Amino acid sequence: MKTAVSIAGVELKNPVMTASGTFGSGQEYGEFVDLNLLGAVVTKGVSNVPWPGNPAPRIAETYGGMINAIGLQNPGIDVFVKRDIPYLKQFDTKIVVNVCGKTTEDYVEVVERLGDEPVDLLEINISCPNVKEGGIAFGQDPKAVEAITREVKRHARQPVIMKLSPNVTDITETARAAEAGGADALSLINTLTGMKIDITKRTFAVANKTGGLSGPAIKPVAVRMVYQTAQAVDLPIIGMGGIMTAEDALEFILAGAAAVSVGTANFHDPGATVKIEKGIRKYMDAWGVEDIKELVGAVR
Amino acid sequence: MAKEKKTAVVRSQERLGDDIFSMWIQPGEVSQARAGQFISVYSKDGSRLLPRPISICETDPGAGQLRMVYRVVGEGTREFSAYKAGDEISILGPLGNGFPDVEDHRRAFLIGGGIGIPPMLELAKGLRCEKQIILGYRDQVFMDQEFGPYGQVFVATEDGSAGTKGNVLDAIEEHGLEADIIMACGPAPMLRALKQYARDKAVECYLSLEERMACGIGACLACVCRTKDVDPHSNVHNARVCKDGPVFRAEEVEL
Repeated sequence: MKTAVSIAGVELKNPVMTASGTFGSGQEYGEFVDLNLLGAVVTKGVSNVPWPGNPAPRIAETYGGMINAIGLQNPGIDVFVKRDIPYLKQFDTKIVVNVCGKTTEDYVEVVERLGDEPVDLLEINISCPNVKEGGIAFGQDPKAVEAITREVKRHARQPVIMKLSPNVTDITETARAAEAGGADALSLINTLTGMKIDITKRTFAVANKTGGLSGPAIKPVAVRMVYQTAQAVDLPIIGMGGIMTAEDALEFILAGAAAVSVGTANFHDPGATVKIEKGIRKYMDAWGVEDIKELVGAVR
Repeated sequence: MAKEKKTAVVRSQERLGDDIFSMWIQPGEVSQARAGQFISVYSKDGSRLLPRPISICETDPGAGQLRMVYRVVGEGTREFSAYKAGDEISILGPLGNGFPDVEDHRRAFLIGGGIGIPPMLELAKGLRCEKQIILGYRDQVFMDQEFGPYGQVFVATEDGSAGTKGNVLDAIEEHGLEADIIMACGPAPMLRALKQYARDKAVECYLSLEERMACGIGACLACVCRTKDVDPHSNVHNARVCKDGPVFRAEEVEL
């Protein structure tokens, strides 16, 4: 049975990855799962300098999901390179570094710093809904998406995945813009902007007022967007948004995702990623699927 | 890699007050816990994804059981409160750092406020030093009798229905109590006041903090608290309550 997939020339032993921001840099989850069993670990977003993130409360549970407004807190690229990359290098898995910034120069600075590091892929976060500058500001305008993709590509030594926002009218426009800018792959979807009100305290449930909605509540939206994007562009897609089970992951793959990222499910069960990977193999076995690539985009 | 979410069996459930419940569960090895640690408890309802962090009230290593005393604050804890002996419960832990050891010659205040009282019981059981136990309530008193065997117990209620009328600091003042180390868990205003008190009296002080959590294991950075200095892990002025805490030295955190 062949479970390996290829993203921009990088071969993953299986299609299961972690969604940025839900898995730290792998170290905390290393106590719960064998990271060697994952196709790739996608790190929490890292910026050129340390970011303190947003005030607490940063999260709130919602029906079948959660809202988060962490605000991309991260220790900055220096600590990340010294501490987190060496940790992940101990494992036989691919390393995908999620990159965030406030300006194009910020992104480029991080991408250049990573050029000589043993990193397999870069995922450029132009879709975080919880930071005032950068993030989603780049991700909602196709012209801006194309421009930043081109600029990042000019400086990147590793293949570039652009992570797209679902908070747009037509995701195929930003997807095509990323393709035009030279992206090697796409990740989608990031969280949907949401809000929860605490009716007892008569205030916002997260301090940032709005936050990113994730979890199974958003899965049908994510599957639809992966499908639409797969029809519109010629790039490999990493699908995500509410994947809790192998069945969820398979929906994304059949809709056109070459690989999948597991996010909020890690909070429900720290062992979710490896269970999903196992479940995919079980499905392939039950249905006589020789190569997982047969499933990618099989539903049209 | 040995750690995983696991199923424990509910051994008993008892109501201690209007919305306060006490549950003994049998998870096996998880019963080896440090006072001040917590467990993540998962709902069986798929619409509620996030674990509820609940402090460990007491352990019985011989029987392989641990006890959690919790307040019903929403649908998740309401679900837990309906569990009966023999039911299964899904948990992860123990998690977090717990309270530090205290030398036998010292005099300690163990202070609990509201639903911050339960974790102080395991601490009271474990510490051999002189203990003065101060428990603060809004109105309804619970668990106060259980602390009796482990030290002198003082109660404060906001409505004056039992003990000192007022808060835990009012009780300390009324009884002229003194200590050289403070361990406390409770609502933020109480912890803020204790931090100030400890600073004024130049007393060592440890506070157990509470914050909304998602992963419970230090990865998601939801449950941060502000720190006085740059935290070595985060490289910013934030520490993770679930992983670096929930117990912090008072002067290290901004409340």
